[in-house]
Amino acid sequence: MSAIYTMGIDIGSTASKSVILKDGKEIVSKAVIDVGAGTSGPKRVIEEVTKEAGLSREEISFILATGYGRNSLLEWADHQMSELSCHAKGANYLFPNVRTVIDIGGQDAKVLKVGPNGVLSNFVMNDKCAAGTGRFLDVMAKILEVKVSELEGLSAQSTEDVSISSTCTVFAESEVISQLAKGVHKNDIIKGIHRSVAGRVGGLAKRVGIEDDLVMTGGVALNGGVVKAMEEALNHEIKTSPLTQYAGAIGAALFAYKKYEGVNKK
Amino acid sequence: MSEAINKPAEEKKAAKYVLREVVEREVYQAAWDAKKRGEPVGWSSSKFPSEITEALGLNLVYPENQAAAIGAKHGGERMCEHAEAMGFDNDICAYARINLAYAAGHEAEEKPMPQPDFVLCCNNICNCMTKWYENLARMHNIPLIMIDVPYANTKEPDQNKIDYIRGQFDDAIKQLEKIAGRKMDMEKFEEACSNANRAAKAWLKVCSYLQYTPAPFAGFDLFNHMADIVTARAKKATALAFEQLADELEENVKTGKSTWKYDENHRIMFEGIPCWPQLGKLFKPLKERGINTTAVVYAPAFGFEYNNMDELMAAYCKAPNSVCIEKGVEWRETICKENNVDGILVHYNRSCKPWSGYMPEMERRFRKDLGVAVAGFDGDQADPRNFSEEQYNTRVEGLFEVMQANKAAKEGGNK
Repeated sequence: MSAIYTMGIDIGSTASKSVILKDGKEIVSKAVIDVGAGTSGPKRVIEEVTKEAGLSREEISFILATGYGRNSLLEWADHQMSELSCHAKGANYLFPNVRTVIDIGGQDAKVLKVGPNGVLSNFVMNDKCAAGTGRFLDVMAKILEVKVSELEGLSAQSTEDVSISSTCTVFAESEVISQLAKGVHKNDIIKGIHRSVAGRVGGLAKRVGIEDDLVMTGGVALNGGVVKAMEEALNHEIKTSPLTQYAGAIGAALFAYKKYEGVNKK
Repeated sequence: MSEAINKPAEEKKAAKYVLREVVEREVYQAAWDAKKRGEPVGWSSSKFPSEITEALGLNLVYPENQAAAIGAKHGGERMCEHAEAMGFDNDICAYARINLAYAAGHEAEEKPMPQPDFVLCCNNICNCMTKWYENLARMHNIPLIMIDVPYANTKEPDQNKIDYIRGQFDDAIKQLEKIAGRKMDMEKFEEACSNANRAAKAWLKVCSYLQYTPAPFAGFDLFNHMADIVTARAKKATALAFEQLADELEENVKTGKSTWKYDENHRIMFEGIPCWPQLGKLFKPLKERGINTTAVVYAPAFGFEYNNMDELMAAYCKAPNSVCIEKGVEWRETICKENNVDGILVHYNRSCKPWSGYMPEMERRFRKDLGVAVAGFDGDQADPRNFSEEQYNTRVEGLFEVMQANKAAKEGGNK
């Protein structure tokens, strides 16, 4: 019996991610492009993930799209689902005992309650404001003239606590500029920024209640500085994975497999 | 006689049209006519005891209703910007901003109404009202008649509160008698109370039909019918129109008909005031997934019955965002249970800070006590700038997926 390949595509606001699964279990290829909905990202990520797997569109049995830009792939994908369910499912793939997921993406932050088998049982999301999301970190990194990928290392070198009181990106921008003007060390400011994100998103997590395993997914989870600040804010161990950014795409590919099975059983 | 026989029988208008006509004719047209006759016209907050003005023959129009209509017809942003240019911050209620702009002379063809000669404010509905109406009174240099309802920290108002409100109620009558130029006729007052009770009873009966599964109507219909219970509560025509609507719905139950034209896969409570400028956008992802709104808090809040003056005072203490949290939770959870909901969609309304302020705790209680799916979204009752369709769609989709998972678990399925 030949293998069944399913694809999950997660089109976020700032990145496009895709994963191809073999028989609903094994990741055979993955790709990420650092631009998201409304850009060339979706097309490029599909090309890259299929190329890496050495497969053609026809060889993929079912494709499921998720994320903010999922509707742009309606013609291409077989089905679409919210990123909420996909992240819950993907986190369950990475950590089978997951019960709470904190997912911080480019423009939104969400806390998911997850039941056995990765079933989404409840969730809370950020309000319309993008405070405490990846966008906040992007803007802060720009002001501080560092790369987002450098934030973790720099915050680890912090020696003094600096408070960034505002979570509003616009206000925090002027606050950071004023701290820099006062001569406050960049590393300390970055740590303060991480604590600011952790405080805001941690508040959402407290609202729905935290149960083990607590897992962080989404692009921001790649920044260990935020994860550490979040652990301190919640006084709780947080699990992450090198595949964290793919959690939504993995979940989508798993749902794609389930859908394929469902269709073919009928 | 023969003439009457030859006349074609007039087709009975559906209640929804009758209700619309009542508001247009007996509220807005009546106010324009009064103005033409040189009689004073008042602007009233939605839950001011209109039994008084009805008995005194004074005409009222309603800024909240006007602002909702302007919002629904996409004039909200323009009016809000006028108000902001006047110095009213965009954190203030959009109803207030729209109306303050109108009061200052910025036209709104979407829902014109005569300018006020006096204003009536009851802060049971929210405390922003007080400053809003003070501004109106200053702008037009007209009397402000205020009934202050203290914030509730107990489930039911105690006698002290009732007495405090009664004192203001009596004083309001005296002030309104001066404006009307006549004494209150107690017989007319009792008639107004009787009409208000009859309208409330019929309105609550209408709301109660959402208990049926499937529901005989789309829950969003209630929002459309609210205009009457807000603006024409003490009028006989309103009572008659709501009784007709209740009859129609009873007939729907018997015949299995519904104004909800989609599958009823799930039933939810919609918490809060709808985003009037985005009614279509609110409704779209719900209907697509067969999610009927079978419980709302906003609509039945305007249906209250009373048997005497003390009960009338107590009834005016109760509004969705002016009851203590325990009462608020109990009230909503009862509606959810009676109307068999599987989920709750909470509108965090940027215009209504009191209402939205206690929602995170209420959300927590809904989850804990009812065990149903809950999703919150950011929006606004009349300022379209505070709503994001994409974000709303994601939250509705998430709510749907949780309800699906819960349903599958109940049916013994495993995801």
